[in-house]
Amino acid sequence: MIEGFTALYIFMLAAFTGYEVIARVPVILHTPLMSGSNFVHGIVLVGAMVAMGHADTDLERFIGFIGVMLAAGNAVGGYVVTERMLEMFKSSKEDRK
Amino acid sequence: MIELSYFAAAVLFILGLKRMSSPKTARGGIVWAGAGMVVATFATFFMPDMGNYGLMILAILIGGGAAWYTGKKVAMTDMPQMIAIYNGMGGGAAAAIAAVELLKGHFDNSTFQVLAVAGALIGSVAFSGSMIAFAKLQGLMKKSFHFPSQQAINLVVFGLAIAFGLYVMFAEAPGGFALFMFFALALAFGVLMTLPIGGADMPVVISLYNALTGLAVAFEGFVLGNAAMIIAGTVVGSAGTLLTQLMAKAMNRPLTNVLFSGFGAVEAESSAGPEGEMKEIGAADAAVMMAFANKVIIVPGYGLAVAQAQHKIWELSEMLEEQGVDVKFAIHPVAGRMPGHMNVLLAEAGVPYDKIYDLEEINAEFPQADVALVIGANDVVNPVARNDKSSPIYGMPILNADQAQNVIVVKRGRGRGFSGIENGLFFLDNTRMLYGDGQEVAAKLIAEVKQL
Repeated sequence: MIEGFTALYIFMLAAFTGYEVIARVPVILHTPLMSGSNFVHGIVLVGAMVAMGHADTDLERFIGFIGVMLAAGNAVGGYVVTERMLEMFKSSKEDRK
Repeated sequence: MIELSYFAAAVLFILGLKRMSSPKTARGGIVWAGAGMVVATFATFFMPDMGNYGLMILAILIGGGAAWYTGKKVAMTDMPQMIAIYNGMGGGAAAAIAAVELLKGHFDNSTFQVLAVAGALIGSVAFSGSMIAFAKLQGLMKKSFHFPSQQAINLVVFGLAIAFGLYVMFAEAPGGFALFMFFALALAFGVLMTLPIGGADMPVVISLYNALTGLAVAFEGFVLGNAAMIIAGTVVGSAGTLLTQLMAKAMNRPLTNVLFSGFGAVEAESSAGPEGEMKEIGAADAAVMMAFANKVIIVPGYGLAVAQAQHKIWELSEMLEEQGVDVKFAIHPVAGRMPGHMNVLLAEAGVPYDKIYDLEEINAEFPQADVALVIGANDVVNPVARNDKSSPIYGMPILNADQAQNVIVVKRGRGRGFSGIENGLFFLDNTRMLYGDGQEVAAKLIAEVKQL
């Protein structure tokens, strides 16, 4: 378990990291980057799996099931869409098929 | 071992996002982040005291499979709404985690209970709001809904959701009913909040919900004591907030305006409209004009994407280059349906990104251009934004296409653009109108250039 102030420190540092990573991004990458960050919060899948893994009653299992399903959709869909978009960014110096 | 995998995943996510912020390394970035996701997911199967593996794998297969299929199939023009729906799913998942944890209800620490409820509220709003955003962009829901004292009702619903949330937080045994009401109200608020927002502002809203989902994931990460979720969620939360601000700035629409007022409901066409008349040109003349120019700047807009004319336009520009013409693409920050969307669409057609220029880079070059070819773009080249204070788009930075020696505007008909504002560019002396569907016009231009 991560307790009290340690959690707060993690939160603060991660927030600054996110800000710095995006700060100087060119406009042409806004859409792919939004899609990419959309993929990254697909990590919620891990949490959904844990919640479902600990479920005891049928109701908990049902909600957990929905959660895992949605989270998997977030992760997989986010990846596929981002990858397809970025696949197309090529410079004129590279060979194009 | 599991903690180590989560740590590796967090590092990979941050490095991946960093790489995604430059076009040269962007393609590698998503692969890095993807590797992080696989590592974290795999490690989670080995968490102690877990059960329900069969159902879990089934859920992953159903959700992942459906998303894989739709993600592969969707057309590039529909990308924004797909991002909305995947994002909403993430928010829904965060809310579901909170629901399971709250039902279990044995928190060692009341801080966790507060965070679980906060994450549930944010996640639910992001979920239902994103679904409405999807429906709007997909065209399932055409109008923006307004009804009397809308904001007051929204406020009441939000207040009730908070009240039930507080009850759930501090009650000894909250019980199913209070939990159910809390989630129902939170979901309703997401719907109500998104309904009145117009389609043009939707990208900003999607980006905002993206940031909110990140935050919800981080909160649930605290509840579960899961460092990977805390870090990834928080990074997305702050990056998404910044991205939302950048987008709102590019569209010259303060975020508060987007959220609390409908667009287009404001003005009733104040000015009498620009003077002069529109002058037509045929495809043959337009082709000659461009083929013997030194420099042509192409200004594509969403109309180009709707007509699926990207490929033809790229073919045309390649032919012009063979004739020795210097061809550049000028892209307004909000061309397409969200910032950068048009770049994606042109990239799909094979236009290399170093031929594509931003507003700041290209605007100084328009006076030296012999021809500016405007296709399916309207508001982003409207000089009214520069000089008419009464115009709703006044102050929005525009592409100075009107400063080119000649302007050719390809347009479907004589009507107004997306925002319903008359465009002064169409009435200038050096502007010629070329009417027709983007793709047909491009095909005609190609045929004419071939004959030269």
